[in-house]
Amino acid sequence: MNGGHDVGGVDGLGPVVVEENEPVFHSDWEKVGFAMFSMSFRGGYFGVDQFRWGIELMHPADYLSSRYYEHWIHTVEHHGERTGKLDLEEVERRTRYYLEHPDEPLPDTKDPELLSFVDAAVKHGVPAGRPSEDPARFAVGDRVRVIDDSPVDHTRKARYVRGKTGEVVMAHGTMIYPDSAGNDLGEDPKHVYTIRFDARHLWGEVTGDPNSSVYFDAWEPYLEPA
Amino acid sequence: MSAPTSSPLPITLRQRTEAEVAARVKALESIMIEKGIMTTEAIDRLAEIYENEVGPQLGASVVAKAWTDPEFRTRLLANATEACAEVGIGGLQGEDMVVVENTDTVHNVIACTLCSCYPWPVLGLPPNWYKYPAYRSSIVRAPRRVLRDDFGFDIPESVEIRVWDSSSEMRYWVLPQRPAGTDSLGEAELAELVTRDAMIGTGPVATP
Repeated sequence: MNGGHDVGGVDGLGPVVVEENEPVFHSDWEKVGFAMFSMSFRGGYFGVDQFRWGIELMHPADYLSSRYYEHWIHTVEHHGERTGKLDLEEVERRTRYYLEHPDEPLPDTKDPELLSFVDAAVKHGVPAGRPSEDPARFAVGDRVRVIDDSPVDHTRKARYVRGKTGEVVMAHGTMIYPDSAGNDLGEDPKHVYTIRFDARHLWGEVTGDPNSSVYFDAWEPYLEPA
Repeated sequence: MSAPTSSPLPITLRQRTEAEVAARVKALESIMIEKGIMTTEAIDRLAEIYENEVGPQLGASVVAKAWTDPEFRTRLLANATEACAEVGIGGLQGEDMVVVENTDTVHNVIACTLCSCYPWPVLGLPPNWYKYPAYRSSIVRAPRRVLRDDFGFDIPESVEIRVWDSSSEMRYWVLPQRPAGTDSLGEAELAELVTRDAMIGTGPVATP
């Protein structure tokens, strides 16, 4: 979608503000919000591409003005409701309760399997590579153009590279295709390539840096020969 | 005379307070605990991993090894995931890593314009500025200006800047140049010079 999350090249959002000595987590709720990603992934709420799509559905004003982990909370709620795993009215009721009783303890349940999952997930990750019989349509050195269209659902085809021409500089094999998996249509693996774009081609001869380039990863269906 | 009219505001933006977000998260947490998909001990364990175990010190150790072991450096640049696995580093959000090397003529910097992709196993969790819109929007458009004005990091115009937008599940990070005058330093001492920002590409390696 042409959403508020797709900020590459948008002006007026700066400057970058660096927090000195920033902690990994700023509060206890950030830890919980962070943990919700992997634990609700395990709980069948979403895959990583669906997770991103749930964030992209935020209103751009909310997206741009909220704390980072609020994005994660938003997509957990979106998919929780979508899959029937969460009743948002119940969430709202409990929210009002905890606003008045912030120190109310939570059940101290134990689950050794979940603890093992945490360590295993961090250590081994969740690889996105998938085998496919499809031959690669492009090779390193090919000139390619990013197809200039506007999908209405989840895509990683950022607006600033659409219609732009670049050179294939790496081929990464086949991986889960977000435009399928993020839209609940299955993994449908596709070849992934890194494309090099000249900055002056992306941003114009006047405003583009004369000696810089952007490297962008594209799935094969995003590309056509140039 | 007709009555005055008005249009509704285009949006009704209302930022949540810290207390409101905390209560909302606690509400979700309580439901998920009851459903058996979360426990407070698992949350604490996951947080502890990224607070105390997985952070930029791991990436720094890999960089220092690459600076002192040319064969390792070759393997790191050829396949960063496998080379990092040799030293027990890898995992979530670094399943497929690519290390890009700075030289006298090329400076690399990483970003994620669409969300917040970042190589967790070597750099830990990203700082807020990496995840917020200001950096993501501007670094692809005007990297030299952003590095100079927002990070105080001057890259001469003679040096090509390559911005790596992490749009797929490939995770890029930067092998900075070994600073001059460090010939006498060992691997552990070198690792201490390698900052997180040097591996993002937004800052220099420290000087001994």
